Amino acid sequence: MAGSDRAAPAPTAPASPAAPEAVKILIAGGFGVGKTTMVGSVSEIAPLRTEEPLTAAGLDVDDLAGIEEKRDTTVALDFGRISIGRELVLYLFGTPGQQRFWFMWNDLAIGALGAVVLVDVRRPESSFAAIDFFERRGIPFVVGVNGFHGRHPYPAEEIREALALPEHVKVLLCDARERASSRDVLIALIDQLIDAAASAAAS
Amino acid sequence: MTGGDTGGRLVRPFTLTGGRTRPSRADFTLITTVTALDPQPARAVRPQPEHLRILRLCAEPVAVAEVAARLDLPVSVVVILLSDLLEAGRITARPPHPVDRATPDLDLLQKVRDGLGRL
Repeated sequence: MAGSDRAAPAPTAPASPAAPEAVKILIAGGFGVGKTTMVGSVSEIAPLRTEEPLTAAGLDVDDLAGIEEKRDTTVALDFGRISIGRELVLYLFGTPGQQRFWFMWNDLAIGALGAVVLVDVRRPESSFAAIDFFERRGIPFVVGVNGFHGRHPYPAEEIREALALPEHVKVLLCDARERASSRDVLIALIDQLIDAAASAAAS
Repeated sequence: MTGGDTGGRLVRPFTLTGGRTRPSRADFTLITTVTALDPQPARAVRPQPEHLRILRLCAEPVAVAEVAARLDLPVSVVVILLSDLLEAGRITARPPHPVDRATPDLDLLQKVRDGLGRL
């Protein structure tokens, strides 16, 4: 069988073309809130999708609601890429929207710089779970309020209050379809991380 | 046999991976960067078709998630195939930049910010 020949030890040579280092940011929020749209608007490649087959075997009983009949469920993950120079690549991962796939978020969150939680003003409650998730794990995040057709009926402060967000979490009105708007949300997240790092260093 | 992986969450298609259920080496994350070695080792065992497809994809450095998406295979399967290639000395794997929330890397954050600013 191929692969059983262990005669040649793995070399420790460096990668031929210099391999960039990767970092990632998660784009989270409820189902259909615009996560893949945001990934697509800033990514240098059309968003890619991986699908992971799934059984209920590893899920807690509480998570079985709704999927017990579906034996061939898959979890889809959409992602995009932004090259930051030659040595660094930023990946953006849209988290699976349905709450029953929360366990995927755990794996995704490991090693993430932070997250953007997208909120749909027409149904903000669909993003509560994402906000809870990042708050509980101490993962830094900003909130992007994705206006339906780019319209924003409420000011950011009103949304902050409605979501009971702490002061240090930025709330931005955005349009996930627009590259510049999505970029500004990502920059706000990085600025928030830089501010937190600076104040941690100062104390 | 495919029923014994009680610890895993995912059902893995085993046909491509010879029944192995775990990477034999290395910890591949979604954003681990893999690169085919050039030239390829001369004495190595002839790679299987799926291995060859991966080698073509990672002629330039590419993330594990991208390999999976472009091959339309689950990440869990791709990781096993990549482990084979790593073990055979055909690829190198670069782990992601470590993120430590206790001591954030200001230099890295600034680089990311500058990069986003250029978009």
